[in-house]
Amino acid sequence: MARSITRRRLILGIAAGTALAGCDSRAASMFLAGMGRWNERVDRLLFSEDRLAPEPPASELTPEADFPSYFISDTMPFAPADWALKVGGLVARPSVFSLDQLKRMPMFGMRIRHHCVEGWSAVAQWQGVQLREIARRCGASRDAQYVEFRSFDNGYYSTWDIESSMHPQTILAYGMNGRPLYPDHGAPIRLYSPVKLGYKNVKYLTEVNFMPNRTGGYWEDQGYDWYGGV
Amino acid sequence: MGSSAADNQWKGRRAQPAAIRLAHWINIPLLVIMAGSGLQILAAYPAFGPRGAQYKWYPFQNDAPPSWLRFGGWLAGARHWHFAIAWFLILNGVIYLTYMIASGEWRRRVFIPSRDTSNALAMFGYYLRIRKTPPPEDFYNGLQRLAYTSSILFAVVVVLSGLAIYKPVQLYWITAAFGGYDVARVVHLSCLVLLALFTAMHLVLVALHPRTIVTMVTGGQRG
Repeated sequence: MARSITRRRLILGIAAGTALAGCDSRAASMFLAGMGRWNERVDRLLFSEDRLAPEPPASELTPEADFPSYFISDTMPFAPADWALKVGGLVARPSVFSLDQLKRMPMFGMRIRHHCVEGWSAVAQWQGVQLREIARRCGASRDAQYVEFRSFDNGYYSTWDIESSMHPQTILAYGMNGRPLYPDHGAPIRLYSPVKLGYKNVKYLTEVNFMPNRTGGYWEDQGYDWYGGV
Repeated sequence: MGSSAADNQWKGRRAQPAAIRLAHWINIPLLVIMAGSGLQILAAYPAFGPRGAQYKWYPFQNDAPPSWLRFGGWLAGARHWHFAIAWFLILNGVIYLTYMIASGEWRRRVFIPSRDTSNALAMFGYYLRIRKTPPPEDFYNGLQRLAYTSSILFAVVVVLSGLAIYKPVQLYWITAAFGGYDVARVVHLSCLVLLALFTAMHLVLVALHPRTIVTMVTGGQRG
């Protein structure tokens, strides 16, 4: 249900956005683009690689039924039987990891507040492997300034700056609240980090690509800000 | 003013110096865009309180603000406007406050409890028709000072609570100071409501004393 509301809102939003753009001057959109670049600079300046998001107490955990889950496919995406995570791009050792292989790597757990661009927040416990661990194992190049995340959710994707990707709390999560990730939250593996807004945290991961340049993202291509820092 | 020394301080100065007039008029489009885009952002999730435990006291839970009050078209558009114009609002505020302090203007404008409380109460009594005559007034009466000073306070808190919900991880200490993300969202909207109430009251009183508009345009006579 949450998904259909989001889609309807999106279609209405684009229509309204276009109508607004129609009566807006070119100057207004140039002004907003310029301020957007300025805000990204500020965002990057505020970001610190060693600042950890505070962990809320267990009493603030959100009941799972109240933790919204969005996807863009018409029906809930389920992982194909031969699912595996591909890691490629600017890496010395392009790799394919099975879920079991990822689970055998050092586990990282955190209780974190999720911030959605819509304005709500929710708390869950996440378990997974740090993305920096994957980068180390695959020998990510120093030229990789961006990381692209692709999914089997109807092409949903996003790209991140390398600094946020290597943040200690940026993980490839396979567990939520102490049990395996359910399909509505992105099983078998989703990207999860407290330093980015929800739409940057790609679910249903299939590929992680280390890149010299940024590409966009599903929401980013439609006008949401690319950096999406929290 | 009681003493001649205090009188001399304002000699040759207009009632509304250019810097204050400029800051005042620039505020209007900035605040209108901030309020409209803020309500458009609120429309994406028009609820308060943690997920699964929404606050009971909030009367408009899950009701989006009316579309004629919103600006920016959709969530992404409104966010672009909100985070762009915010800088200019802050800049205007910083210039205004710097001028207030550097020029000494704050002395005749800011509510100082020891000086202004009894005057404010008397003025309130006059508005309520409990008192027949208004209390003596120098530059502003106590109630005016209280209102204008409150609006500055609301502006400072709206900026801080805005930062708290804009960067709750990188600026976690601001968010924590407000008592967390959900509380900071409530504070942010409350400041908008308070600023809107201030503006409504301000417009009524300006309508009752139209000369103040002329003063706010021309600066008024030199003292």
